[in-house]
Amino acid sequence: MATLRLTVNGKTRNVRVDDANVPLLYVLRDDLGLRGPRFGCGLSQCGACTVHVNGESVRSCVYPSSSAVGKKVVTLEGLGTPAHPHPLQQAFIEEQAAQCGYCINGMIMEAAALLSHKKNPTDAEIKAALADNLCRCGTHLRIVRAVKRAAGAKT
Amino acid sequence: MNNSLSRRSLLKSGGALVVSFALAPRLAKGAAKKEAAATQKTVAPDQVDGFLAIDSKGKVTVFSGKVDLGTGIRTAMAQIAAEELSVPLSDVTVIQGDTALTPDQGVTFGSLSIQNGGMQIRQAAATARQALIAQAATKLSADKESLTVAQGRIVPKAGGKGVSYGQLIGGKQFDLKLDPKAPTKDPKDFTIVGKPIRRLDIPGKVTGTFEYMHDFRIAGMQHARVVHPAGIKAELQSVDDAGCREIPGYRGLVRKANFLAVVARDEWSAIKAARAIKTAWSDWAGLPDQASLWDAVRSTKVVSTEELQKAGDVAKAPPGAKTLKATYDFAIHTHGSIGPSCAVAEMKDGKLTVWSASQQTHLLRKQIATMLSLKPEDVRCVYLEGAGCYGRNGHEDAAADAALIAVETKKPVRVQWMRQDEHGWDPKGPPTLLDMQGSLDESGNIVTWDAVLFAPNKPKDVSVKLLTGELAELAHEDSHPGNVHQDLAIPYQIANIRTTVHWLSETPFRPSWIRTPGRLQNTFANESFIDELAAAASVDPFEYRLRYLKDPRGIELLERLRKLSNWTPRAKREAQDGDVAHGRGMSYIRYELVRTYVGVVAEVEVEKKSGKIRARKIYVAHDCGQIINPDGLRNQIEGNMVQTTSRTLLEEVKFDRSKVTSVDWASYPILRHPDVPEVVIDLVERPAEKPWGAGEPSAAVVPSAIANAVFDATGKRMRSVPFTPEKFLAAT
Repeated sequence: MATLRLTVNGKTRNVRVDDANVPLLYVLRDDLGLRGPRFGCGLSQCGACTVHVNGESVRSCVYPSSSAVGKKVVTLEGLGTPAHPHPLQQAFIEEQAAQCGYCINGMIMEAAALLSHKKNPTDAEIKAALADNLCRCGTHLRIVRAVKRAAGAKT
Repeated sequence: MNNSLSRRSLLKSGGALVVSFALAPRLAKGAAKKEAAATQKTVAPDQVDGFLAIDSKGKVTVFSGKVDLGTGIRTAMAQIAAEELSVPLSDVTVIQGDTALTPDQGVTFGSLSIQNGGMQIRQAAATARQALIAQAATKLSADKESLTVAQGRIVPKAGGKGVSYGQLIGGKQFDLKLDPKAPTKDPKDFTIVGKPIRRLDIPGKVTGTFEYMHDFRIAGMQHARVVHPAGIKAELQSVDDAGCREIPGYRGLVRKANFLAVVARDEWSAIKAARAIKTAWSDWAGLPDQASLWDAVRSTKVVSTEELQKAGDVAKAPPGAKTLKATYDFAIHTHGSIGPSCAVAEMKDGKLTVWSASQQTHLLRKQIATMLSLKPEDVRCVYLEGAGCYGRNGHEDAAADAALIAVETKKPVRVQWMRQDEHGWDPKGPPTLLDMQGSLDESGNIVTWDAVLFAPNKPKDVSVKLLTGELAELAHEDSHPGNVHQDLAIPYQIANIRTTVHWLSETPFRPSWIRTPGRLQNTFANESFIDELAAAASVDPFEYRLRYLKDPRGIELLERLRKLSNWTPRAKREAQDGDVAHGRGMSYIRYELVRTYVGVVAEVEVEKKSGKIRARKIYVAHDCGQIINPDGLRNQIEGNMVQTTSRTLLEEVKFDRSKVTSVDWASYPILRHPDVPEVVIDLVERPAEKPWGAGEPSAAVVPSAIANAVFDATGKRMRSVPFTPEKFLAAT
């Protein structure tokens, strides 16, 4: 057993694990009870599990938990809440940018990482940034509109 | 949103079926014992109480057998009920797909949720409204006609004190047969239906508070992973779990014939155990060679041949008629849900509860009961939303896995399929082959139309067998991929028509329905072939269809589409210089010839050297009658355009002689953001008409519109889905 000291959404928690290299996704979901990051492929191919580690987007399904020790992990829940949504979350609501919504965690987290270093991205830049986030329902058009809207709201 | 809470509070208030086993398992929160008390709620679809309950505060609960698969049906059902009852939308909660609580309204498929399911709920609400007005009239000593309803209160039109629904019925049952003729609200008075109400689930979904199936946990639950065979019908010869026993969280395995699963305390241990377990499987290589798949389909034994549409005599092509022949094929597709299937099951006191994102909990209950030799009444299936499924994917199989493991281990269990399980083992959209033949007279008019479809056989009942039952050699039924012959018949008035289906004895994979099953493939052939005939006749494709279309609503739709897309006549295509060619193509359908009308124009660009095809823009004209939620409808149509573009250009299940080999997103690519077409939609509003389905129809026209646009751009006919660069380069 190992104890990992993780800082997630501003709170520091000790998590006991058998295997310090357990992908961060399972610790977040199963040990910390978070629902934002989602299991999609376990292969870093679809983006549903995306979280931020020190402000950068990472695929938590392949990211070893031990690597997150001493860093700041932020999940979808850390961005905002239904009562106080983040501008991106609000924009996704305004644009009704979800069908099943399973991929939306990754879309928002990836877009948040984009907007943190690029204030007013073009459509092409948004699409390129989200190219490795898969959506099966075909919500892409609304997703891009939502990111545009949020970018506008931020400036 | 917390579905379980509302379900629990509802059950405290009571309702005629005894639910004697544990409900939502929030054991830690202490309410479970109360819940477990005998609770009564009818699920009869001919009873108002089957669909509706109103508590003492006037809050309405709708019990829907149709479930939200990500399409917005929860919100639409709430709108329908709120409208018919004249209550605020915020007073309505929707419980979905719980065999103990919701009527069996059939599988959530076939674009029938609003058209059938929603209309049952509307009628239940209309019956309830009439009954409540009658009760109010008695209570207020007034004529029914003198009363009106607003915001859940029945008040005299002349003013004065009224009475609320809560006061009249609160917590009690209606004990009323659903009246199929109860008068419904005049659409002119709608204030909720027809409005772009925001979906109830989206705030929770974008903030991580929504509870998906995948988030559902119960106390004492173990985690399992299924170890699927090395070949589809390979037999398990030996298992060695020595490596698993090195994993501290490993708890053991479940083996039954060719079914194998590892069970662990936590997810990661289960995943590691599934990787560590050593298995030996028999060689099985019964799949056809993919390189000659269409020969295999064509040479499959024909069980029966059915004539679907007949007019005149197709042998009557006049001398000098020009005959065209073309064969179309459509690849095997997987559903490709972003979240692989997941389920939780618990066996307690002889009663099995299974939580699943199944689109068919009532059918699933019967299938699981059959598989485990249980009485259906001892099995309860509860719906929780999963990732979009677009048909019968692996959800039901994962549910059956969980049920079997829970019974074998005597502990609750969560089964999560991995990506390779979903891609490799969900049932597939079967390979579809169509032979088309038509003839033109000297003026270019169609004289004969003759279509032949090769499709997997159709047993009596529509269902997909449970993989678990098959692997574990337990009782299970045959599979039937749905009404795949639909829309082989054409909406055009032509003198001599024959459309025929050859029902085939077998197909390589468990056949299933995937969005727009059969209608998609048949429409691809029909609407591509009529485009070929139009080109042979040198007539504009709109004009050509309008020659044969006599349905005024269809004609209106095509005219609207022509205007929307600013269509310029293209009787003859012109050769294009340059490396990138641009083209436009159109397509039309009347869904199953009896409901929703859709027409699309697709704009494509084709890189002539590489053969890469991109759909840049799609214009859609859509008439599904009364629209419940126009924004929800647009969302669905946009999704259909994007998803079907993906299927048309990219998607094909790959396999060797033993199994599926395209088991991840690298080997089964789908459309990504940079290649998504723009979508422009014109919704025909007909509030006074019946609402028809919209989940599938608009998908049906996409492949042919793209194929026709590629022809317009390049003169090449794409007759094989997907339209890969290799196929474009090889096409003539």
